[in-house]
Amino acid sequence: MRQPLRAVGITGYGVYVPRYRIAAREIARVWADSDGALPVTTKSVPGPDEDTITLAIEACHNALARAAVSPQDLAAVWVGSESHPYSVKPSGTIVAEAIGASRWISAADWEFACKAGTEAVSAGMGLVGSGMADYVLAVGADTAQGRPGDALEYTAAAAAAALIIGPAESALARIEATLSYVSDTPDFFRRADRPYPVHGQRFTGEPAYFAHISAASRQLLADLGRTAQDYTYAVFHQPNVKFPQTVAKQLGFTAAQCAPGLLAGEVGNSYSAAALLGLGATLDVAQPGDTIFVASYGSGAGSDAYSLVVTDAIVERRNRAPLTAAYLARQTLVDYALYAKWRGKIAV
Amino acid sequence: MQKVFIAGAGCTPVREHYERGLLDLALAALGDALDTIPASRVGALYVGNTLGDLGADQGQLGAYIADAAGMAGCEAVRVEAAGASGGAALRQGYLAVASGQHELVVVLGVEKVTDKLDAHLQTAQALGLHGEIEAAHGLTTTGAWALLMQRYLYEHGVAAEAFAPFAVNAHANAVANPNALYRFPISRAKWAGAAPVAAPLNMLDCPTLADGAAAVVLVSEALARRWEAPAVQILGSAAATTTVALAQRADLLALEAAARSGAQALAQAGLSRADIDVLELSDPHGITAVLALEALGYAERGAGTRLAAEIGRAGRLPLAIGGGMKARGDVGGAIGVYQIVELVQHLRSSEAQVALAQCLGGSGSTAVTHILSRA
Amino acid sequence: MNIAKHWRQNGARYRLEGQRHRDGTLRFPAQSLQPGEAAADWQPEQLARQGEVFSFTVQRGGAAGFDDAPWTIIALVQTAAGPLVTAQLTDCAPDEVAIGLPVELVVRRIGTPVADGLLVYGYKFRPRLLM
Repeated sequence: MRQPLRAVGITGYGVYVPRYRIAAREIARVWADSDGALPVTTKSVPGPDEDTITLAIEACHNALARAAVSPQDLAAVWVGSESHPYSVKPSGTIVAEAIGASRWISAADWEFACKAGTEAVSAGMGLVGSGMADYVLAVGADTAQGRPGDALEYTAAAAAAALIIGPAESALARIEATLSYVSDTPDFFRRADRPYPVHGQRFTGEPAYFAHISAASRQLLADLGRTAQDYTYAVFHQPNVKFPQTVAKQLGFTAAQCAPGLLAGEVGNSYSAAALLGLGATLDVAQPGDTIFVASYGSGAGSDAYSLVVTDAIVERRNRAPLTAAYLARQTLVDYALYAKWRGKIAV
Repeated sequence: MQKVFIAGAGCTPVREHYERGLLDLALAALGDALDTIPASRVGALYVGNTLGDLGADQGQLGAYIADAAGMAGCEAVRVEAAGASGGAALRQGYLAVASGQHELVVVLGVEKVTDKLDAHLQTAQALGLHGEIEAAHGLTTTGAWALLMQRYLYEHGVAAEAFAPFAVNAHANAVANPNALYRFPISRAKWAGAAPVAAPLNMLDCPTLADGAAAVVLVSEALARRWEAPAVQILGSAAATTTVALAQRADLLALEAAARSGAQALAQAGLSRADIDVLELSDPHGITAVLALEALGYAERGAGTRLAAEIGRAGRLPLAIGGGMKARGDVGGAIGVYQIVELVQHLRSSEAQVALAQCLGGSGSTAVTHILSRA
Repeated sequence: MNIAKHWRQNGARYRLEGQRHRDGTLRFPAQSLQPGEAAADWQPEQLARQGEVFSFTVQRGGAAGFDDAPWTIIALVQTAAGPLVTAQLTDCAPDEVAIGLPVELVVRRIGTPVADGLLVYGYKFRPRLLM
């Protein structure tokens, strides 16, 4: 496991989920013979004026509000996504400018499929933990695309989650340790300049999602001398509902531990945001002293695992910005036609 | 300052003139207005036009038209103030003659729009709004008036239907105007059932942008007396401006430029609004006419729609006798000149003695008012 | 396509940055100094992120770049203790808007992006998430 020289934690967190949803059965109506077993109930759909950058901006505002840190005190604004609006031009500078960050910062975009956001978190731990900086804003945000009719289309969703990584003494949750595990496993990829990703169907499961999350999680638990029973809550990357439930069970976590952070059924797979969004929803309900285990997953492939301890600061700080539930509550269903138009799936 | 007279006036019908370009329209109106006056006598040409660049792909309209019209190398410029361009050009012509600089000038209003598609024209028209804080957010000129109307309805507790008589009156008057675009009457019921365009503005509360040209010949008193032609005198001429962006105005529902230019023009003419027998206003929508009438003092704030009963041809305050922007057609920067052509014809053929013409640019940020009288 | 024009306005577009005069006057956006105004008298200041709809219209059709939706809601927003701002309402249906509706600032894409064009981001308002 890896631990910084200087103890670090989450000073503020913020989430954002777009207003619009499409029901999986509405997608099935268009593409499938029957609506058999669907991976989620609904998924979030970005509005026609939203993209990864706009999603990230709102999540960052929420994180800053909770942290009560001036944007001028951030040392880095890092945005992890697999749907950066520009191929060349950083999302990070736009987000930084929009939130009023100083210009004397590091701003960069991260890419590692669905764990681009946690990559930025781990790097932020390094920057703060080494003493090089006090606060780093790390964001996972995506407006994921699924090829029309593909299995991914049922789940490819949109959301953002932002964490401000700072010194442990002022954190609302301390990050005890982290660990990353990666291998060259091509379960899912999108070539440059192609609109939709390709995935290896069942190959995305056992050798990819399960192997990597299990490896990272088991090793971190072992290094810490803990078991699943030592945690109040657990959050795993959630490309659908079943995968995180299954991996949790394999690792010994219960459904109750995972419940607050398992949003895929409603939100879908928000890619780089997914694990951090689940963490945000968990922090929304956590109490001082609670412990949270988090493991992300990114295709291609890798997993970042974290062990967190919630501090007293959570109680007052979480109400400084909208809770995840507020975003989930304001849902407006759209039909496939409007969804297809907004997502650029209609060839004009 | 010397007296200024209108010695000639003419226009093309307002139409979708697909077969005619901007120059065709301009020359037709100039020929109509100049009649027997040789073009070579024109000392200066003032072209009121707002969409020449984006609508007709043509700049430098002064030289472009003067040369084609055979005006022998005279001074010629385009005057642009969005929808007030025609009135602003007229004022330039008025000043040129009043100052003694020229004894005969021509003021032309011309607009050629139907070569372009609608979205492009909306962009072009919105150039009269504030580019960075209005048009850049998608606001159109129609949308700007809709914002004013929505607030007006709220503040004054007036129903949208109270504005219907302005469109109904415009259409009724256009029936007799062969140059009008829409020569058919509409009913209040039809107005009430019209589809929304920019709520609360509906289709029958919005004009159609179309092609047309109108021209007037302005001459000095000496020339007017020598010709002994039945002339109309310009008794007052005043232009004013106010804040372009709605959001930055001190008083949103007060058309301050309209109020100031109207008051100045009347003062110059030595008249009061009670002396006005007939009015032409920028009236693309009922709200525009109502706010202008309030600015001119014909009604208290919030009471403008109550004038609806008096704006007919036989009423105390005849308005839009040629059909106004709604039914004569919206000819953009030519409106201010069409108004004058229509009023000159009216003054020559009716009992009316004194007329007021006012045109507005953008959402009312430029206003030009002229007072005309039978000489 | 404009590039520098949008960049110049980042402060206003992204953060609703206006300017306050030492006499208390707050104006939006920051403006070029009028003759006689002193730069030292004006300081940048962000407007409140909350406001109320002061007036609105639901535009059908629209100018180029704004004509790919069935309607666009544009409002005059009265920002809290500050100036009016003209902006689109987003995440809002026509039947949800009324004068007085509490709204809050969001940053969204403005206009339809064109291939090879700059993405333009800026302020819009939406019905307040937490009433």
